[in-house]
Amino acid sequence: MKLKKNIATSEEGFIFNPGTGDSFSANPIGTDIISLLKDNKSAETIVEIICAKYDVDQSQFVKDLDDFESQLKDYGISD
Amino acid sequence: MEKIRYERPIIQKMNTGLMNKFGTRTEYEPVTHIESVPVKSLINDYGSPLFVISEKQIRRNYQNATRIFKTRYPKVQFAWSYKTNYMNAVCQVFHQEGSWAEVVSGFEYEKAMGNGVPGNKIIFNGPDKTDEQLIKAARNNSLIHIDHYDELYSLIRLSEENKLKPRVAIRINMDTGIYPKWDRFGFNFENGQAWNALTRIISSEYLELVGLHCHIGTFMLSPSAYGIAAKNLCELAWKIKEKYNKVIQYIDLGGGFPSANTLKGAYLPGSDTVPSIDQFADAITDVILGYGFKHEDMPLLILETGRALIDDAGYLLGTVLASKRLSDGRRATILDFGVNSLFTSFWYDHKVSPAQAFGNHTEEMILYGPLCMNIDIVRESITMPLLEKGNHLVVHKVGAYNMTQWMQFITLRPNIVMIDIENKTHIIRKAETLEYLEQNEQIPEHLKENPLK
Repeated sequence: MKLKKNIATSEEGFIFNPGTGDSFSANPIGTDIISLLKDNKSAETIVEIICAKYDVDQSQFVKDLDDFESQLKDYGISD
Repeated sequence: MEKIRYERPIIQKMNTGLMNKFGTRTEYEPVTHIESVPVKSLINDYGSPLFVISEKQIRRNYQNATRIFKTRYPKVQFAWSYKTNYMNAVCQVFHQEGSWAEVVSGFEYEKAMGNGVPGNKIIFNGPDKTDEQLIKAARNNSLIHIDHYDELYSLIRLSEENKLKPRVAIRINMDTGIYPKWDRFGFNFENGQAWNALTRIISSEYLELVGLHCHIGTFMLSPSAYGIAAKNLCELAWKIKEKYNKVIQYIDLGGGFPSANTLKGAYLPGSDTVPSIDQFADAITDVILGYGFKHEDMPLLILETGRALIDDAGYLLGTVLASKRLSDGRRATILDFGVNSLFTSFWYDHKVSPAQAFGNHTEEMILYGPLCMNIDIVRESITMPLLEKGNHLVVHKVGAYNMTQWMQFITLRPNIVMIDIENKTHIIRKAETLEYLEQNEQIPEHLKENPLK
């Protein structure tokens, strides 16, 4: 999954889509994931990094990441 | 390095526009204990879902209500409304506090007798009393509240045949300014039906008229309606004394006081809009005291308060089964209890709290039950923390009507636990089993063979 190129993000979790004018906010882990997606990290790498940083089982996080990615797609933030 | 506590990643669209001054309340303050007992240990010990009742809260409610009424009027008697919650342990708490029993069926009557309530302290209400039940109640000297003319004439006949003289009252319906008007029960005040029934009773040598009863509605938000009801009953009692020189021993204003639950569609939470018991007591006692009865003729005031005395003593604990998103992106959380256990979720937007701490992020969601039915919705919209499978929840104010109106449908009904005044836990109704459920089923001989075996 790739973020759209024009999406603006901040470290505080503020996301802006200049194409539609929509603003979004994400929680800290969501912000981390968006930042990793922006750096073009693969899903496997994201899982590895997040599971090392947060207290979560890999299977749980993989499920939640799927759900998060589908939200990004629904909101038009990712391709 | 210590890992950061995990919460599900979320992203939320920020909407601009006018703020909703009634806003949706965010329920993220965790409720980890019920009366000092950890929710986690309750679920570990007794399973999930689980109804929990606080004996301490029942007693507090009862003592508070009696204090409020007895400091305003000298003769007050509460009668526990069995239909509100007829778990025997719950009934016994009320009876220990001094409450009589108010029943609306033969089955409830038997329950009250089984709980050791003396016959003369059982009020028998309702439109459905069989001849056998009427005779039994009459023999036990119970207070029989007559609902309709068919019952009145049946009772006169039965009393004559069995040489009985039961103590009776009639249920009176009236216009107290509230909608809907409950005129399907009892005899109407305004059109003279009630007076006709009363004169018929007084003229009968087989019945003893002792009281007047009304029950103007349920979840009443208007104390003044009770003032009107009290005035009408006092007027009848006064007229009976004047015309027949007969003192009415009691007036029974029934039940209907609300709990602090929030009715569906209400803008503000019930805790902000529901009148206090003091306001109802003022409305009722001001009228009776001001009516001018001589001290010795002052009627006993009977109250059949149910919901207001038990609702906040009951909790339903449950567990998140799954979290998913609907086709329109809304979050849906599926719980292990639904409308089958939490019947009152048809009427109320129940307060639901998480039972463990979360971060500050929240999301709007729908709370669904586990039933394979579209109507199985516990809350249509609630803002809660980021719930995950396995998280526990606490539903508040579920003590009234759930444990009597619950349905055995798709799942079996769960344990009910009472936390006593020393915070010890007791199962007061065991979770149902398949064996329990099937004990009254019978299979015809020709259907016993199963070719799929």
